[in-house]
Amino acid sequence: MQLSGAEIVIRSLAAEGVEFVWGYPGGAVLFIYDELFKQDKVKHILVRHEQAALHAADGYSRATGKVGVALVTSGPGVTNAITGIATAYMDSIPMVIVTGQVPTHAIGLDAFQECDTVGITRPCVKHNFLVKDVKDLAVTMKKAFYLAASGRPGPVVVDVPKDVSAAMCEFEYPSEVSMRSYNPVTKGHSGQIRKAVQMLLEAKRPMIYTGGGVILGDAAPQLTELVRLLGYPCTNTLMGLGGYPATDPQFLGMLGMHGTYEVNMAMQHCDVLLAVGARFDDRVIGNPKHFYNPERRIVHIDIDPSSISKRVKVDVPIVGNINDVLEEMLRTLKSEKPRPDAQALKAWWAQIELWKTKDCLRYDRTSKIIKPQFVVEKLYEVTKGEAIVTSDVGQHQMWAAQFYKFNKPRRWLNSGGLGTMGVGLPYAMGARQAFPDTDVACITGEASIQMCIQELSTCKQYHLPIKIVNLNNRYLGMVRQWQQIMHGNRYSESYMDALPDFVKLAESYGHVGMQITKPADVEGALREAFKMKDRLVFMDFLTDQTENVYPMVQAGKGLTEMILAEEL
Amino acid sequence: MRHILSLLIENEAGALSRVAGLFSARAYNIESLTVAPTEDPTLSRMTIVTSGSDDVIEQITKQVNKLIEVVKVVDLNEGRYIERELMLVKVRAVGKDREEIKRTGDIFRGRIVDVTDKTYTIELTGTSDKLDAFIEALGKSVILETVRTGPSGIGRGEWIMRV
Repeated sequence: MQLSGAEIVIRSLAAEGVEFVWGYPGGAVLFIYDELFKQDKVKHILVRHEQAALHAADGYSRATGKVGVALVTSGPGVTNAITGIATAYMDSIPMVIVTGQVPTHAIGLDAFQECDTVGITRPCVKHNFLVKDVKDLAVTMKKAFYLAASGRPGPVVVDVPKDVSAAMCEFEYPSEVSMRSYNPVTKGHSGQIRKAVQMLLEAKRPMIYTGGGVILGDAAPQLTELVRLLGYPCTNTLMGLGGYPATDPQFLGMLGMHGTYEVNMAMQHCDVLLAVGARFDDRVIGNPKHFYNPERRIVHIDIDPSSISKRVKVDVPIVGNINDVLEEMLRTLKSEKPRPDAQALKAWWAQIELWKTKDCLRYDRTSKIIKPQFVVEKLYEVTKGEAIVTSDVGQHQMWAAQFYKFNKPRRWLNSGGLGTMGVGLPYAMGARQAFPDTDVACITGEASIQMCIQELSTCKQYHLPIKIVNLNNRYLGMVRQWQQIMHGNRYSESYMDALPDFVKLAESYGHVGMQITKPADVEGALREAFKMKDRLVFMDFLTDQTENVYPMVQAGKGLTEMILAEEL
Repeated sequence: MRHILSLLIENEAGALSRVAGLFSARAYNIESLTVAPTEDPTLSRMTIVTSGSDDVIEQITKQVNKLIEVVKVVDLNEGRYIERELMLVKVRAVGKDREEIKRTGDIFRGRIVDVTDKTYTIELTGTSDKLDAFIEALGKSVILETVRTGPSGIGRGEWIMRV
C-alpha cells in the first residue's frame, strides 16, 4: 500500500510502541500533524514552547526507560528544541526527535523557517539524519530508534523535508536493522571481570561508586545484590541516585561537589574503587590531580569505551552492558572461595563511622525562617519516599539530592550533565503522563521555574496534577553562594526583583496556589497539597535567603577540600 | 607526538563534517585531513594527521570510533606504515635560477608538469618531511604558490585495513 511520508512517520512511531509525542506544529510538519489527527494510537501532547516538548519527552524517558519522542517544526522549532536535545545528550537519554524541514528543493536557499538542522544539532546528538527520499524514511525511523536506545543511549534527530512528508511510497516497517559501522559492545571481557573480582576481594578499604549508567542500564537490582554480598560502602552520583537504596546502611550518600563528608573522604582514601556507569566528571571527583592516589586501584565498568581513562586512569577497564557485567561478577564472586578481609573491612567501616560523626548535612532546625532542607525532608515524609521527584538546577537541586532518599531507580529526574534550568516542570509532565497514579513533585526555585513557567498551561490542558515545591529565596541561590564564597560577597545580578505573585499566577492558569512562610506550616501545606489528587498545586515556600549548600568542594579543588557548614 | 589515523567511513553526505566537527568540539589538534572514496564506492578512506600525548590520542581514537558512520579507525603509528603527500609548487624560473631549480627538482625526484617563460610548476610526492625539505631547498624567494594534499597513509606489508 502506498502511504505518504507523513503517514509513514506516524506508522513508524506506532510500530515502535510510542504512546506519547510531545510537540508543537508549524508549516513544515503540517502533513505529519494531519496524519496525527487521523489516528488514535499515538497521543500528541501540545506544549507551549518546543524546549518543553523536548524536556517532557526526556522526562518521560528518564521515568520509564523508554525512548522519548518529540516533534517540532523547522527553523525556530528546531532552535528552540536545541537546549532540550543537548540536555538529553549530556545525560545519555534515549530520544527520537522528528523535525520538519523546508522542501528539499528549497534547502540552502534561506527559505522561510529554514535552518541547517543536521548541522546545528550535530554536536549534541548521538546521530542525526536528513531524509531526502521518502523511500528511506521507514528504515531511517527504525535506525533512529535502534541508535537511540542501544549502546550508550542518546538523542537521535530525523529531519524530514516537507515534500518528503507529502511524497508517496510503499510502506513496510523493518523488523530489525543492522549497521556495519555500529556494533555496540554488550558482554564484558570475562578475563577482566575475573581480575576485577579478584581485586575487589583483596581490598582492605573498598568503595563502590555508581552513576547514571546503572539507572539507564536498569542494573539497580544487580548492583544492590553485589554491594550487599560484599558488604562494602556505596555511593551514587547525582545521576545515579536510586541505583542503590538510599536508606540502606551501606549507602554513604551522594558524592562530589556537594557530597557528604564521609563519602568524599572514603573516595579519596579507599584502596580499591569500583566505578559503575559513572564518568569521574569534574563535579564528582573535583580536581583529578588531587584525586590521584597511587595506593588506589580502580575498576571501571562502562558501556562507552571513551568514558574509560578520560579523566582518571583506571587499572581494570570493563566495557559492556552494566547488568550483564554485574551478573557475571556476581556469578564469579559466588563461585570464588576467598571472602572479603573481614577484619580490614571492620576497621574501614569504623573509619567511615568516625567521618560520619561530622554530621555534615546538619542545619538549623530551630530556625524561625523556613529552611529549604526542612521542606525537602517533610516532602520525603509526606510522600513516604514514593514520589517521582524532578528538580531544576541550583541549590534546591542539591538539597533535593541530599535530603530526599531515593530507594528506587527512575524516581529522581534532573539535568546533571548540562545543568539546564527549566527542566523540572516539563520533566514532571513527562513522568506524570507515564505514571498517572504516582505522585510527582517538582522541587524548584523561583528562578528556574520561570524558565518554563508557560507549561502550567499544558498541565491544565492535560490534567497533570503535579505538586510544585518552589523553594523561593528571591536569589539565584547557587550563583549567590558562589559569589559569597568566591567573589567577596558581591552579589552581581543574582537578586531577582519583581517576582510574580506565584499564588495568583498558578490560579490564573487554573491551578491551586499556596504561599507558606512559617516552618510550622510546611508539613500541613504539603499534606493538603498531596490530598488534592486531581489538582496541580503550586506551593511557594519563602525560604531562608542566605542558606548555603554544604559540604562544598569549590570548582578546581580536591575532593576532600570541603567547606563544611560550621567553617563559614 | 605526531600520529596518523586511518579511517574507513561511510561515503555519505555530512560524514566529513562529523569528523571535522568532533576535532573542533573537543579541541583536538588536526594538522591535515584527506578523504576520498575507495574501490568500494560506499566507503571513504580518510587519513588524519594529529598530535597529542598518548592519553589524548587514545581519546581521539575512541571518540572517532564512536561516530556512527565511522566503520574502522587505525592508528598507523602502532605498526609500520608508508605515508605520502603530493605537492604542486609553482616557482619563478628565470635567468640562472631556471637551471638550478630543475636540478633541485631532479634531486628530489620532482617532475615539472607545467612550464612558461617565467615559471615552472613542479609535482613532488613524498613524506611531509621531504616536501618541507624541498621547499627549504628552493628558498622562499622563488616560490610563487604551493598546494599540498596532506599525507595519505597505508600499512606496510600484507596487513590490510578493511571492513
